Amino acid sequence: MTKLPQIGKPISRLEGRLKVTGSAKYAGEYEAEDLLYGYVVNSTITKGKITVIDTTEAKTLEGVIEIFTHENKPSTAWFDFQYADMDAPPGTVFKPLKDNDIKYNGQPIALVVAATFEMARYAATKIKLAYTEEKFETNLQSNLHKARDTKKGLASMLKPPPPKPTGDFEEAYQNSFVQSSGEFKHGTEHHNPMEMFATTVIYEGKDQLKIYDKTQGTINSQMYVANVFGLKMKNVQVIAPFVGGAFGSGLRPQYQLFMAVMASLKLKRNVRVTLDRAQMYTFGHRPPTVQFTKFGAEKNGKVNAIYHKAIGETSQFEDYVEIVVNWANMLYPAENTLLEHQVVPLDVYSPLDMRAPGGSTGMHAIEITMDDLAYKLNIDPLELRLINYSEKDKSSDKEYSSKELRNCYLEGAKKFGWSNRNPEPRSMKRGNKLVGYGMATGIWDANRLLARVQAIMTSDGKVAIKSAVTDIGTGTQTIMTQIAADELGLRLEDITFLYADSKMPFAPIQGGSFTTATVGPAVKAACKALNEKLFRKAKHLKNAVLSEMKFEDVIFSEGFIIVKNNPETKISIAEIFAANGGKEIKTTNTSMPNPLRYGKKARAVHSAVFVEVEVDEELGIIEVKRAVTAVAAGKIINPKTAESQILGGMIWGISKTLHEETITDHNFGKYMNPNLAEYHIPVHADIQDLNVIFVEENDTFVNDLGVKGVGEIGVVGMPPAIANAIFHATGKRINDLPIHFDKLL
Amino acid sequence: MEPKETHAITLNVNDTNYQIQILPWVSLLDVLREELHLTGTKKGCDHGQCGACTVLVDGKRILSCLTLAVMKDGSAITTIEGVADGENLHPIQKAFIEHDAFQCGYCTPGQICSAIGMLKEGKAQTREEVQELMSGNLCRCGANRGIINAIMEVKEGGCHE
Repeated sequence: MTKLPQIGKPISRLEGRLKVTGSAKYAGEYEAEDLLYGYVVNSTITKGKITVIDTTEAKTLEGVIEIFTHENKPSTAWFDFQYADMDAPPGTVFKPLKDNDIKYNGQPIALVVAATFEMARYAATKIKLAYTEEKFETNLQSNLHKARDTKKGLASMLKPPPPKPTGDFEEAYQNSFVQSSGEFKHGTEHHNPMEMFATTVIYEGKDQLKIYDKTQGTINSQMYVANVFGLKMKNVQVIAPFVGGAFGSGLRPQYQLFMAVMASLKLKRNVRVTLDRAQMYTFGHRPPTVQFTKFGAEKNGKVNAIYHKAIGETSQFEDYVEIVVNWANMLYPAENTLLEHQVVPLDVYSPLDMRAPGGSTGMHAIEITMDDLAYKLNIDPLELRLINYSEKDKSSDKEYSSKELRNCYLEGAKKFGWSNRNPEPRSMKRGNKLVGYGMATGIWDANRLLARVQAIMTSDGKVAIKSAVTDIGTGTQTIMTQIAADELGLRLEDITFLYADSKMPFAPIQGGSFTTATVGPAVKAACKALNEKLFRKAKHLKNAVLSEMKFEDVIFSEGFIIVKNNPETKISIAEIFAANGGKEIKTTNTSMPNPLRYGKKARAVHSAVFVEVEVDEELGIIEVKRAVTAVAAGKIINPKTAESQILGGMIWGISKTLHEETITDHNFGKYMNPNLAEYHIPVHADIQDLNVIFVEENDTFVNDLGVKGVGEIGVVGMPPAIANAIFHATGKRINDLPIHFDKLL
Repeated sequence: MEPKETHAITLNVNDTNYQIQILPWVSLLDVLREELHLTGTKKGCDHGQCGACTVLVDGKRILSCLTLAVMKDGSAITTIEGVADGENLHPIQKAFIEHDAFQCGYCTPGQICSAIGMLKEGKAQTREEVQELMSGNLCRCGANRGIINAIMEVKEGGCHE
């Protein structure tokens, strides 16, 4: 008898109890002896030079230990590359307190270290500052003429530039039966995880640090600290078991890490630096972007010409890039394409990957243009997608490893009741509310990177699985435990997944929806290797029951190695350990995609999104009454946590479309609403009937588990689906996000 | 305006009395987190905008970041650490786990304390009213559906105090 599989079961999060009892500790919550508190001071100008930074009075305050500025900053690494992290775009990484040069509004310019948080914050107000200001530019719209191509760098590997033009776009577009074009804009957005960035550094002796950091990559932070401060990697331990949301903001080491480590090393003390909410707007954001589309289609609905251009903001020091314009031709197999992506460097901090970076931007423009085409062709929007359905990624001319998007469309439409839609805009009403149905497609890459995992079995038959990977609320700990349990034939209780510690085997930063597809197969491989070790030892046992057997002839179940064809014949793990003198049995394995094979197919997750909105005709108030997202993302390890990922993504989509935006006053180059009262995200009352369908998708190519990823795909289709529903309800095409009521009046 | 004079106050937190000497400018939230090391109560904004710091004071839900500790001298405070009955989770806590009503877990203590306070207020009758009266507690992961489902289950099951 074999154990029932854990993969596919809706297991509740294993860390649930810790999170509902307040026992889960986040980076800024670790106790330390005689802990010092750091408070960061930020520039109030946008560009220029600090001429005076006088800390004399502040330093006299009781409890103030030290104030660090560019004038007394301890020496750190000289070379730019030493500051680069795993998510660094091409360019020159920002270095806190390097000199008196101000590059953006809110730039950290000093760190006050004091015995209490309150005193550090108070002393910060007593620093006397003078600047010389220089002319700056923060407005993307008024600087579009400065758009230029992006520099290439290491980051281009995961973020390839747009494909080269194919066919003859101009001619095909001019000769198309119908044409649709649009201009699309969205402003700056900030990640705003609920937990504010914090680092607690425990000074463990000369050049030896234990660091609790808010990060999406323990090894990323470890590498940064070691390189920047000239420490040995083994003397820097970064731990992050609980991360209070990140959504991309933790993909790069943020300045509180630099500040806390700097102070700790200099003062030889334990130091904590926690940012406040306004400071959460001073280190990276989704870049405001302008997009232009021109799609042409034949009479039968076939799209034959695609032009998509994006111009995004970047900083003066790095070329932040995201994939905005590559998606349309991955979905719709037009022969004539022209795809361009450019950036405008402005006096802001570098943009930073934010949940579904690029994809949520690009698909917004693509899927609204498709909706407009559908109206011009007098074809149902869903039907238009089916007419242009492709089993191939036309842009790379490769077959998809799997693509069950058709079933997403069909199952999603059925669940939603798409067939009840009267296509005529403003045709559906409920009381004084206009009702609109809209749909859109979603797509996101299915990537896999390299990871290492260690599996250790102890004589009690229990197994520890180790990986440096974080769990930012995605359910990683739970699903890795499920994967290990199935491979080892053990119960969940027999497995402990130890994670989020840079001392553990390598895992890349947690982002891009690639964690489960990267660490999952590595867990499986390590568990298989552990089984093989056990099997080899079992073959050499005195009773020699398995001596003639091959590994393929046995299964592992509940502490036994059992012969497949003869279940009566088995060896207990306990016997193996007895013969092994009770010593633990362990293995560490590297797991990565086969480089010769992996690039031969296109790999993506897909979704179909259906949305119903109500729009108050007089007041313009928009409500998403219900939404259905049907997702094809390969094997779903845990339907409960995966559904939460998609629901979260859908709510991010609602937020992006109808709520959130960071507003800049370009006269000052400053964000005007850096707080949670004025930066609107949906509250409970905004969220109504949301449904998720996971469409069966069997993929034997992507990895041994057949898993893709679900972190991003929930977001990408929502903004265009909502905007399309608003068009259906009101007859108004609103291409700029967020759509607030004033745009409908 | 440097407030150097400390004040002696007594806070009863989760049935334990704490005598503390505190400067008047310290918020209840910072006393809980930094003095008493009860870090289950979270700081998400420090401005009363997110609800992560919600605790129960004399049975009522309040924002501990907008409350100076000296204002609550003698009060009985329940934080997330005191919601469970020993090893037995509060029904709301159980329902949160079952409904996957959190992802990162950072807003969770505030959501749970707020939900307990909200149910006790007895104003919200329908799902819509519960959503409305829970809207002071933000969740950036988008666990909203699970949170409201969890609260509704407990409300309809009648197992709240």
